[in-house]
Amino acid sequence: MNENRNFLYKHRYLIARRIVQVSILLLYIAGNAYGWKILQGNLSSSRLFDVIPLADPYATLQLFAAGTILATDVIVGALIIFAFYSLIGGRAFCSWICPINMVTDFANWLRVKTGLHKDEWQLRISRKTRYWILGLSLILSFVVAAPAFEFISPISMLHRGLIFGMGFGFAAVVAVFLFDLFVTKNGWCGHLCPLGGFYSLVTKPSVIRVKHDADKCTLCMNCKNVCPEKQVLWMIGKESVFVSSGECINCARCIEVCNDDALNFGLRYKPNKEEKENA
Amino acid sequence: MAEDKKVDREKRKFFIRTLQGLGLAALGGSIWSGYVAEAKHDEVVLRPPGAVPEEEFVKKCIKCGMCVEACKNRENNPDETKQTATLRLAAPGDHRPREKGKYIYPKEVPVGTPYFVPREIPCYMCEDIPCVPPCPTGALDPDLVSSVKDGKKVLDINKARMGVAVVDMEHCIAYWGLQCDACYRACPLIDEAIKLELRRNPRTGRHAFLLPVVYPDVCTGCGLCELACVTEKPAIFVLPRHLALGRVGKHYIKGWEKQDEERIKGSQGIQKTITPRSEESPEDYLNTEDLLDE
Ligand code: SF4
Ligand code: SF4
Ligand code: SF4
Ligand code: SF4
Ligand code: SF4
Repeated sequence: MNENRNFLYKHRYLIARRIVQVSILLLYIAGNAYGWKILQGNLSSSRLFDVIPLADPYATLQLFAAGTILATDVIVGALIIFAFYSLIGGRAFCSWICPINMVTDFANWLRVKTGLHKDEWQLRISRKTRYWILGLSLILSFVVAAPAFEFISPISMLHRGLIFGMGFGFAAVVAVFLFDLFVTKNGWCGHLCPLGGFYSLVTKPSVIRVKHDADKCTLCMNCKNVCPEKQVLWMIGKESVFVSSGECINCARCIEVCNDDALNFGLRYKPNKEEKENA
Repeated sequence: MAEDKKVDREKRKFFIRTLQGLGLAALGGSIWSGYVAEAKHDEVVLRPPGAVPEEEFVKKCIKCGMCVEACKNRENNPDETKQTATLRLAAPGDHRPREKGKYIYPKEVPVGTPYFVPREIPCYMCEDIPCVPPCPTGALDPDLVSSVKDGKKVLDINKARMGVAVVDMEHCIAYWGLQCDACYRACPLIDEAIKLELRRNPRTGRHAFLLPVVYPDVCTGCGLCELACVTEKPAIFVLPRHLALGRVGKHYIKGWEKQDEERIKGSQGIQKTITPRSEESPEDYLNTEDLLDE
């Protein structure tokens, strides 16, 4: 009984994340299948309660780069989402909404379980690659006059596929899964995905942040082992500051794994001056 | 000294790294753009009502599927289970017709964009056009399917130009002299978009042909006629307008239409080509010696 409760407590954020991810997906599916008007469309652009437009700011940016004038709905929608993540939620899209997150988390879990996860078996890729891909996608959108990443995005293929029919779209998802399982740990989400890169760049000012308490920290390094973006946890055991990097996806894995209450969510209203980056 | 060397090495490493990155970006970029340039184009795809021209459409559509959902969930969807509808979102590799080779089928619809295949499910030309207003990006533009009524702008599906129906006179059985007016009766713009034309049948001498003729200036491209056609592969079918229709040069003016006539106003007249021959009058030039000698 006690153990049960402990398990739930230890995974409270994981459970909450999965519930959010799955219910949002189900609402979209119901929007198409039964005409529910809670969430219509998909993650590229949607309408909430049949009035509030929402749109993926990165996809919208690609449309702009492709050279077109857009209707106001999508621009307002993109601004709403942009404002939400950059000022409030941080890169929470990646851990609370994105359907690929479930795929890559599963790959990661398998990796650890099967002992595949050995450093020497990793292909080393720079975490900056995603910013190159991001920049490239905007240049290419301009060159070919079409939103370049939207043509190959495994995120939209999976999400759209679950709502409207998958076709061969699952191949892209399997590719991401295998890449994360065999090639590089957190390979797709932590190194390549330009949408994640986009959110990393713009979510620095956000209010909801993980806060570290160096006085409580016992230097077990559980948090660094579990974090999919471990470079953001440079302050562990050193300084009591907020995790300020935009690359942190607010997944709360570090919080769950910390037995000494040295990590918690907090609200950061103004960026601390003395914080330094160590990306 | 040693410090200097270290800085130098660091600089060099950074320089090389950047070059490596650029090289990889160039390689990846060319493959990527090559793929997108291929994948963004389909010759025969038919878009929902109110779609802006294809080039522009690909730039604008964010692939959200709200048009598809509206089409599927409209009240008068003939499929009461609402499993299928006119519009669908292209998924990778879903380009397989129900029956192969029996109708025109787009093979490379850009992934995630809406399209329809009339021989499977045509557009029913809903009067309230539920599919157009939800579009957030302007890829479907309500202005393209609106007309002004009593000083107010109202949606008008008859303005839609999704494509244009084309009749294959060789295989349309009405042109054989058999009686068939399936397409004519199916057309929501009967006697406007398709008219039946009467012609004597010289083979029998006493019967008439009743020939379906499409008026492209009225036809919306809904494809109800294509679905209704009784031949194995439809003898009337919808093509994108840019494929099926010609284009007349600007210098042709319909002198009998006031609006068209306006276009000549302020024109300098036609610049004649001047060559040594054309300087003379045709009579003189045609009667020259050397021409007679030839
Ligand atoms: S990095 Fe990309 S794929 Fe991964 S969770 Fe974030 S948006 Fe989704
Ligand atoms: S720092 Fe914590 S919340 Fe942020 S990505 Fe790492 S584990 Fe997740
Ligand atoms: S007008 Fe055509 S495409 Fe639009 S909702 Fe009606 S049937 Fe569907
Ligand atoms: S509603 Fe507009 S943007 Fe969305 S899929 Fe349809 S045409 Fe594209
Ligand atoms: S001719 Fe065919 S495609 Fe054109 S409006 Fe009539 S039924 Fe529709």
